[in-house]
Parts: sequence; structure tokens; C-alpha cells
Amino acid sequence: MRAGAEHVSLVPSVYRERALTVTHCTRPPARSSHGAAAPGKDKTRREPGACSDVTTRRLAAAASAPPTTRAKGQACHSLATMAALRVLTDVQRVMLKWQHCTIRSKWYCLASCVQYSTAPENIEKTFDKILIANRGEIACRVMKTCKKMGIKTVAVHSDVDSAAVHVKMADEAVCVGPAPTSKSYLNMDAIMDAIKRTGAQAVHPGYGFLSENKEFARRLAAESVTFIGPDTHAIQAMGDKIESKLLAKDAKVNTIPGFDGVVKDADEAVRISREIGYPVMIKASAGGGGKGMRIAWDDEETRDGFRFSSQEAASSFGDDRLLIEKFIDNPRHIEIQVLADKHGNALWLNERECSIQRRNQKVVEEAPSTFLDPETRRLMGEQAVALAKAVKYSSAGTVEFLVDSKKNFFFLEMNTRLQVEHPITECITGLDLVQEMIRVAKGYPLRHKQADIPINGWAVECRVYAEDPYKSFGLPSIGRLSQYEEPHKLLGVRIDSGIQEGSDISIYYDPMISKLVTHGSNRTEALKRMEDALDNYVIRGVTHNIPLLREVITHPLFIKGNITTKFLTDVYPDGFKGHILSSKEKNELLATAACLYVALQRRSPRFLNNTRVPMAKNELKSWELSVVLDGKSHSITVTRQGKQYSVEVDATNVNVSSEWNLSSSLMSVNVGDTQRTIQCIGRDAAGSLSIQFLGTVYKLQILTTHAAELNTYMPEKLEEDTSSILRSPMPGTVIAVSVKPGDMVSEGQEICVIEAMKMQNSMTAVKTAKVTSVHCKAGDTVGEGDLLVQLE
Amino acid sequence: MAAVLSRGSVMAALRGLSRLLPTLSNFTAQCGPRAACRVYSVSHLSVPERIEKKRREALLGGGEQRIEAQHRRGKLTARERIHLLLDPGSFAEYDMFVEHRCADFGMQEDKNKFPGDSVVTGQGRINGRLVYVFSQDFTVFGGSLSGAHAQKICKIMDQAVLVGAPVIGLNDSGGARIQEGVESLAGYADIFLRNVLSSGVVPQISLVMGPCAGGAVYSPALTDFTFMVKDTSYLFITGPDVVKSVTNEDVTQEDLGGAKTHTALSGVAHRAFENDVDALLNLREFFNYLPLSNKDPAPIRECQDPSDRLVPGLDTVVPMETTKAYDMLDIIVDDREFFEIMPNYAKNIVVGFARMNGRTVGIVGNQPKVASGCLDINSSVKGARFVRFCDAFNIPLITFVDVPGFLPGTAQEYGGIIRHGAKLLFAFAEATVPKITIITRKAYGGAYDVMSSKHLRGDVNYAWPTAEVAVMGAKGAVQIIFRGKTNQAEAEAEYVEKFANPFPAAVRGFVDNIIQPSTTRMRICRDLEVLASKKLVNPWKKHANIPL
Repeated sequence: MRAGAEHVSLVPSVYRERALTVTHCTRPPARSSHGAAAPGKDKTRREPGACSDVTTRRLAAAASAPPTTRAKGQACHSLATMAALRVLTDVQRVMLKWQHCTIRSKWYCLASCVQYSTAPENIEKTFDKILIANRGEIACRVMKTCKKMGIKTVAVHSDVDSAAVHVKMADEAVCVGPAPTSKSYLNMDAIMDAIKRTGAQAVHPGYGFLSENKEFARRLAAESVTFIGPDTHAIQAMGDKIESKLLAKDAKVNTIPGFDGVVKDADEAVRISREIGYPVMIKASAGGGGKGMRIAWDDEETRDGFRFSSQEAASSFGDDRLLIEKFIDNPRHIEIQVLADKHGNALWLNERECSIQRRNQKVVEEAPSTFLDPETRRLMGEQAVALAKAVKYSSAGTVEFLVDSKKNFFFLEMNTRLQVEHPITECITGLDLVQEMIRVAKGYPLRHKQADIPINGWAVECRVYAEDPYKSFGLPSIGRLSQYEEPHKLLGVRIDSGIQEGSDISIYYDPMISKLVTHGSNRTEALKRMEDALDNYVIRGVTHNIPLLREVITHPLFIKGNITTKFLTDVYPDGFKGHILSSKEKNELLATAACLYVALQRRSPRFLNNTRVPMAKNELKSWELSVVLDGKSHSITVTRQGKQYSVEVDATNVNVSSEWNLSSSLMSVNVGDTQRTIQCIGRDAAGSLSIQFLGTVYKLQILTTHAAELNTYMPEKLEEDTSSILRSPMPGTVIAVSVKPGDMVSEGQEICVIEAMKMQNSMTAVKTAKVTSVHCKAGDTVGEGDLLVQLE
Repeated sequence: MAAVLSRGSVMAALRGLSRLLPTLSNFTAQCGPRAACRVYSVSHLSVPERIEKKRREALLGGGEQRIEAQHRRGKLTARERIHLLLDPGSFAEYDMFVEHRCADFGMQEDKNKFPGDSVVTGQGRINGRLVYVFSQDFTVFGGSLSGAHAQKICKIMDQAVLVGAPVIGLNDSGGARIQEGVESLAGYADIFLRNVLSSGVVPQISLVMGPCAGGAVYSPALTDFTFMVKDTSYLFITGPDVVKSVTNEDVTQEDLGGAKTHTALSGVAHRAFENDVDALLNLREFFNYLPLSNKDPAPIRECQDPSDRLVPGLDTVVPMETTKAYDMLDIIVDDREFFEIMPNYAKNIVVGFARMNGRTVGIVGNQPKVASGCLDINSSVKGARFVRFCDAFNIPLITFVDVPGFLPGTAQEYGGIIRHGAKLLFAFAEATVPKITIITRKAYGGAYDVMSSKHLRGDVNYAWPTAEVAVMGAKGAVQIIFRGKTNQAEAEAEYVEKFANPFPAAVRGFVDNIIQPSTTRMRICRDLEVLASKKLVNPWKKHANIPL
């Protein structure tokens, strides 16, 4: 049985991935009836079935059987005695089915590789009920595995989240307080109370919130509730950056030079920084991720960094201790996923390359890394495992390394939780990390050996955020998802999200919309799938970072794998400006837009009910248009021949054809010889058209040449002078206002500080001037574009 | 009298001309008897040549210089506007050769005569559908209204009613032609009368694209929709100078009667557009929503948005807390196209046109985001006028209800909220078009009755699970029902349990069904299909007496 189980994890079961991506979280909880709902009840029935199931799978592995056959096969073999007899027929059926299935499904079977499975399989008894002390996508992610394992789930939520997806998905839900995280998702009393009320036997903390809180783990232990994660000792040891480094040194793990201790005040920060030598990185002792991290290049920046980091650390972690260390230039951020049990076994599940970051927060991740050779990978893996063993680690964890250009690697920190980017590891290894965490927490030993851990293909993850990528690579944006369609019909795409159409992205929580993961047999395929997935992702109502994500994954440096953690700032030194169109792409865009305009114009006179006065039929064959893009006018002639449009753009000819479904949010258009998926974001009667093309939204103004001629007489409307007013770049709370009316401010002087999504942003004056009026005060909630301060 | 005078003067001019041009007599001699009568004509040109010349003159309006001046102001000429508004090549002009008949103040002189006078009229097509148009020409006497000008407008208005097609007026006029005196005033009255008589027969739309002052303002006011162009159009009874002399107020043209004033403050205009081009193109779009006349059904345009599409976002649009606001605009329609009427005025009610499965519908919705969506004087009047338009032109009404009641207070009572609120009630009650109502959340008190309730002949009335139909909110109700009782909170909870849900209305049949919000669109499309053949006639009357 055990051997069989191991085997299962190695052989990719294709249809499961399908089940995951297609059913996703919009499906109601009733899904658990799938077969795994009551493991206790039909255990006797299932076990023999499972044996034959393994046999079937072997066959399936040999012949790569289509999913439907295998599912049927499983249902047939309910009795062990019958199994042996039926194997033969089964093989025949499998082969027959394979011969007759479509090429597409064959290809699908072969092409899609291991992503983690949520379909029922032989599952040991673990817990009856698990409380997930988190929200959003990770709560949904954990619940999916719980359902697969036949475990009942309890969601906790704040009052604003009461209609959230994770709440609908759970079997039970408990409100733990008002919107601010400190009063709800970080409110241990309320969560402990929820555990008692619902009788949950274990708690999965997800990531963030209480996931690395030793106090929480301790309180759970006191109530004999299992914490699905490492034990308190490991959390404490690894949660403290200083202690973790000492431990790492002892475990013979490479650590960063210039390492130092706790910082008391700004002067000490400066002294320490000088000793280490600039540049230095200042960050919170207690925090993970990018929160509370600043880089200082001189004394003054050190003081600033100290002030901000300590404030942020205090507001995010309730612990203002800081840490200063040498900042490694041109580093890559590569981390090793480890998995350990309570019996002293530990595995490394390969690496994840997380170098694409903005403000020290990851944006694009991939597994494996293009940079590591098997030898370095093994060395890193072994050091990671050594560290895990040194702290008697159990559960899933991540050891982060900085890798320099010479493949020297330095231990950065260990995250004692499930990482945001865990899906890419699941894709290439075929393991369900959440399931393993639950098993380990129950005390089961690991099912795999190091040699069993494969690297199957390549996986890429993009974090889709509700943020404006044109403002410092992403400032939070909020709003209601008025329209939301995930591209989960595409091949090899996995989307972990905790929202749906109609959900609100609020200022209280992380603005992540989803994790978009694509998996392919190699990196090129995975990236191509990502490109398609991003183009087919419909998000309306909030500003999102898809333009940036698409640019990153198609950038030549990224494709070569030539990346560092400074990728974004190096490639876009003046900030991200959207896709820069090549002249061919520009012509394609102009032609597409012109055809879209024509399609709209052609629809306008199509009335279906006859009126008394007959319609005048005046079907044009050709249109003379003037299209303005980026202030430049282009003259375009569109000629229609049936479904084909022949478009002449600035004397070059482009053929365009499409179904022109004007009601659909996605439009597939064949421009020349390429197929493009475009999205029409907005249009109005006066010819303005916003089109998302290659990820970036372009605004065009399309008029007939006649109207365009007349348009030249129209007065230009004056634009607001932006240098003398300061507007809030994002929704948030005003933390401090450092000027009052009448003050003189110099260029670059701080005017006020706005906090949003736990990030403090200092707003500075763009010119030297006198302050005429101040429209905000500390504690105010401001929306994006709200006037803060007016200068003379 | 004027005609006689002018003929005399023409002959005098001709005599002078023949003296000046000795060649003319040679010319006449050569041409024989047929040409002899040409002595009496304006020039030596043949009739076809004269026609051609007049046409050219007519097309130039007030001349190159004035056209340039018009362009400098950021405005288009009367003809440019018409050509942009109508389908290319579809314009058929009327009365191009009409000239004014004034002989005073030197108006009789040739240089003061412009073929067509200060307005261009005719008919054409917008997306293939017939429309009658007049466009006042500011380059001719500042677009001022002469007797001839009025006569031209009246002619096409009469035609429009005969045929049954809408009238669009593009207003750009300095006012009455003072030289003509009472004839000009008579012209205004003629137009007003036709505005009134065609009201409810064919849709009338005014697009104010320049000044429109004095008596002239009443024509746009009488039409169904008045649109304006930002920064270049003004509507007022008296200009800033007169205002200064009478009330001693200092006010700019823009503040007194600009687009902003009328779309946000006075509610005179229904919408404003950025410039002439923007306005005309939007008007084309708007026209597509309207039937040609009261004899035509609401138009159905081809639509690719499936009528049975579920809208999952609607399930979460109404927030949990009953006091929290949401945007009623989030709920609505095919292709997410919505032509809002009066978007900046009385924002606590949203009205506009949309399409359901291609068919034009009128949408009325309380807007909880503004003043909790309560009904006040302005919103009642705004809603009532829109409802009556839809009813007059066979456009089905879809009403989204989330209304906490009428706005209390002295300002409202003194302003006559009773009288004005009654208009909306009146409008909904008398409407015989298909009426579909969806109660999304609150439907309290009299406002519940008003908002196209079942009792006012609503055809299909739905409630979302979040609906609460009651006489008033829990707090107020409890204070009355349980006056003096100590445990108010408990009483409140009891009241909420009893009334803050759709059941009290549903068990009495006041709502036909309680529906999942995501199915709303699907159901409305289906119901409209069924109700398309609805026939309902109000008792015969000369006309109703709406509480104006």
C-alpha cells in the first residue's frame, strides 16, 4: 500500500489537474461528495479498489490513458477479488479508448504534467475538522486539499469578508472581528474561541497573519489543538533572524558576511552600517517578506530607513527590533523548499527562483531556476535539509538563499510556513504540499525519499495584484471587481485565487488578486502559456499589474534567464511605462482598433424589429479613418471583403479577421499571420477606444477622416497643473502631515506620509514653493487622486 | 408690404446696374425677346446659374470670415454639424432658398440677404433611421430667429409629425431678430406650439451648441431632451448684463447658464458633452435608443450578449450592513452600455437608457451611494419626467428599488416635496408600458409604493433576498410600536426579524418572486419577451392632470 502511494505521486494523473483548474473555487462546497467525502465509511470498500487503482495507473502511465477511462476504471474495481480478473479487460478498454480519443485530448494528456492533485486518492485518517486561520486564496487553497482528504473545514473571517470566497467554500465559518487585521485575523482570542466553538482539531495558518507566530502555536498546544506547521521551537529559532543565523552557522550553512545584532536607535544603526560598509539592508527582526525592509547607501538613508522600518515593523509585527546586514550586489533570490516530518526525516523539493521583485516583494517566480546546475542545487538542498534537521523542523518550510553571480550562495532566512509561491514546486514535483503538511502534523512519516523527487517540466508563477504598475512598479489600488474571468480553460494553467466577480479589494488586506501559474514541459512552453493566460485574464474594476507581468515574462533578459533581484529597477530605470510597441505591433494595434471601430459602426444600424418608416440601406464597403495613438495621427483605410478586413495603415497593408463578438470581454483577432487576444476595456460614442493589447492598455481615438478634420477646430481643454498640487497616489490612511499652510517647502521635502496595505509612503514636494492649503490630517482615510496639499 | 418694397428696390438697383454696364444692352439685344425679361432679374446670369450661385451662397452661410470666426470659437458651422450628425450623404435639405422678409434698418439690402437665412433644415438618416433636423447658423445674423427662420423650422416639425419621425434641433442662436420685431416673437410662438403638439408624438431632442437666450430657451425646455456642449453653450432667460442691472448680481455667462450649471444645479439640461464633435457623435448613439414615434415599438438592435448570461457579481453587490452604500450603476445591462440621463443632477436617482437582449429599456434606480438613495424634490421630478418619456414612446421600464423613503426636513416640505413626489407617483401609476421592478434592498414607506410597485400595475415585481419592505426602518418603527418599552434593542431585533426580509411582501403577492441576484438579467430578458405584447389602455380622458 505504501509503495503504491509513492507510485501514485510519481505518475501524473492528468485529469486531477483538470479538476482543480476547472472547478476552482467558484464551485460550491458540495464538491466533496466526489468520493472522498467520507473516508471512514467506505474505507473497506476503497482500499482494495485502491490497489487495483494502482494497477490501472501503471497502465495509464504506460499508455498515458485519457482521464475519462481511468476514472471509469476506478469505479469498476470496487472489489479486490474482481480486480485481478478485470485487469485484462481494463487494459483493452484503456487501449481502445486511447485509440479513439481526439488528438487534442491525447496531446492534453501527454503535455500537461504534474500539478498537485485534488482528486480523491488513498488517504490516511488525519483530522476530522481543520480551522484555517487565514483568508483569500491561501485559505481556499488549503480547503481544497482538506476536501480532497475528507476533512471538514472551518473558515474565520472579518465582518467585511463575510461573503468572501473562502467563507462560502468552508463547511463552517466564524466571524472573528471587524475589518482591521489586528482585530480579526490576528485576534488570537477570537480565533481560539472559534476553534473551541467549532471543535476543530487542527489549525492551518496559511502564510502571513499568525503563520509564524510562536505565541499562537503555544496557545494551540495548550488547548491540544494541532498547529499545522513546525513546532514552537523551530518557529522561534527561525523567526528570529539573529538566532537563525547562529543556528545556520552551526549547521554549516553558508551565511552572509557582515552580520550584526539588534539595533537600539538611529545612531547605533549608522555606526553598525559603517562597520559593515555600505550598502546595507535594514529590516525587521520579526518580519518575513519585503515588509519593513530598506536599503541604505549612506548615513542619512540609514537614519531614514531605521525610522521607517521600525515603524513598519511595529505596525506589522508588534515588534520593533531591527537588523542590519551587508547588502549583496546583483544577487539572485533562490529558495529551497524543504519538507520534514516528526521522525527526523527531511527532503528538499528543489528550488524556486524568486529574483523578480519590487520593493523586496516577489512578483514573478519560477521553478526550477535557470541558473542552478545540479551540483549547486544539491549543495543548496543539502544545506537546507541540514538546517531543517538542526532545528528539528517538521512540516513544509522554505530556506531562502541569496546567490551571487559566481553561484556562491548565502543563507538568508528560513520561512517556517507554506510560501505564497508553493504551487510552482507542486507543479514540478507533483506533491501536494498542504496534504503533506497535514499528514506530517498528524505524525505520519514522509511518503517520499529524496531520490523520488523529480523535476517535471517548468512552472512559472505570476502574482496578479490589484495595483498600479505605472507607479513605482505597483501601488495598491482598491475597488470592486466588476468583471472577472480567469483563464482557467487554457492548458497547463493553475489559478489560486480567493476572489470572484463582484468581490471587493479593500484597503485592509493584501491586494493580491490571484496567483497565476502555468506549467509546461519546458520553460519556453511554460512562458508561452503564461503569455496566453495573461492575455486571457479579464479583470475590470481595479487597476492590475498584468501589463508589468507580461512585460517581464517576455523581456529578452528574462527569457535568457539573466535576472537579479534588481531586474525591475535595472530594466526600467525611469519606472515602468507599459509595453513599447514595435512598428509592426503598432500597425497591428492600429489595424485591430480600426476594424473594431468598423465592426461597431456596422452593428449600429442593425435593428431587428421593423419600423413603419423603412430603414435606408447604406452599407459601406470601405472606411477612411483617422486614428490617434499617443498624440500621433494615422490615416487608415479599412476595406471589407466578407469577414476579412483589409487594412491600410500608413501605407502598409494588414489583413484582419475576427468574429467580432462585441459583447465578449475577450476578442480573438487574427492580425496578419498572428493570432492575438485583445480586450476592449472601454469605448464611447465619440470614438475613444481603450484596448488591452500585449498586456498594456492603449487609448486610441478613432474618427472618420471627415470628423477628424472637424475635430481640429475643437478647443483643447486645459490640463490641471500637477506640479503645484499633491494628490494621493493610492487609497490609504494619512499617518502624518508635516506641513501647514504658509510653510515653505523645498523640492523633495516630505509633505505627508500615507499608509496603505502596511506600506508607508512618503509624499514629497516636486518643487520649492509655499504651501497654500492642506486638505488632510493625520488619521484621515483618503482615496486615490484625493487632493492632499496645494502649493503655490 | 415688405415684398412690394423689396421688389421696388430691386428694380431700382437694376436700373442703376444697366447704366453702369453698357454691355448689358448689347447682351439683351443679342439674346432676343427671351432675354429681354431678364432685365428685371438680379443679374445677367441664367436661371441654372443663379440656382447654382444661390446654392453656393447658401452653403457658405454667413461667409468665409464668419465661418472662420465660428471655428476660432471652437464651434462648427450649422452644416458641418448636420453632416457629422447624419449618415454620410443622407441629408435632404428643405428651404435652401428661403430669405428673410425684413425691410427695416437696411435689412432689405442685398448684402443682408442670405439664402436659407439663419437656419439649415431638412431630413436625413442616423444609422439608417429617419430624422428631421434643424441647425441654427450662427454665422448669419448670429443665428437670430426671423420669421422665415421660424417658418423653416415649423415646416420640418410639421413634416416630422406627419411622417412620424423624431426632430433634432441644434441650437446656436443669439435670440430674436430684433429688426423683425414681433414677427420674430410670433416665430418663437409658432415653434413652441409645435413643440407642444408634437410632444409625446415624436421624440424631440435639443442640442444647445451656442448661446440660447431669452424666449428661445423655451423651445429646448419643451423638448424631451436638452443636451449642451461644455464651455461653448449657454442657456438663460436674461444674460449677465441684465442680471447685473436688475438684481445687482455679478455673474459670468458660464456660471449663469453654462453646461455645468444646467446639468448639475438647475436640471434644465440632461447631459453635457466635451465639444461639438463629441456631442454630435454621442447624439447619434443616443438616437439609436429611441423609437421613431409613439406608434413604433422600442427598437431592438442586434446583440451578441446572451440573454441568459448569469451575472455572479450581482450576488455580492448589496453589502451586508443595511446602512452601507453601494453603487446602483454596478447593476445594469447589455454590453455594459448605459446612456445615463442627467448623471450630475439629483444623483440619488439614476435614470437612463440601456438594452436588454438588444431591446431599448428605460432604467430607473435609486442610488444608495448618494443621500442613501432617498427621494427628494429633484430626484422625483427627474424620475417622473424620464418615466413619462418612456411611457409615451413604448420603452419598457425597469426599476431598481433601494429607497429609505422621502427626504424629511423643512427645506423639502417648504419646497413642496408632496407636490413633486406626487409627480413620480403619477408617472409610474399612469405608465402602461411593461414595468419590471426589482427590490434590491430597502423599500420603505410611501417611497415603496411610488417606485413602480405591484399596486401601481407593475407587471413583474421581484425581490432580492436582501430586500426589506416595510413602513419604516427598525429604529423608528420600534419607537412607535413599543413606545415606552424599556428593552428597545430586543424589540428592534423582533421587528428586523419580522420585516427586514422579503417575506412580508412575498406572502401577500406584492412581489412575484424572490430571486437570486445573478439571475436578474436572465429573468428580465425573458419577461420583456413575454411583455412585448402587453396591451393596457387608461380610461379615456382629454388629458390627465399631473400635479405640476
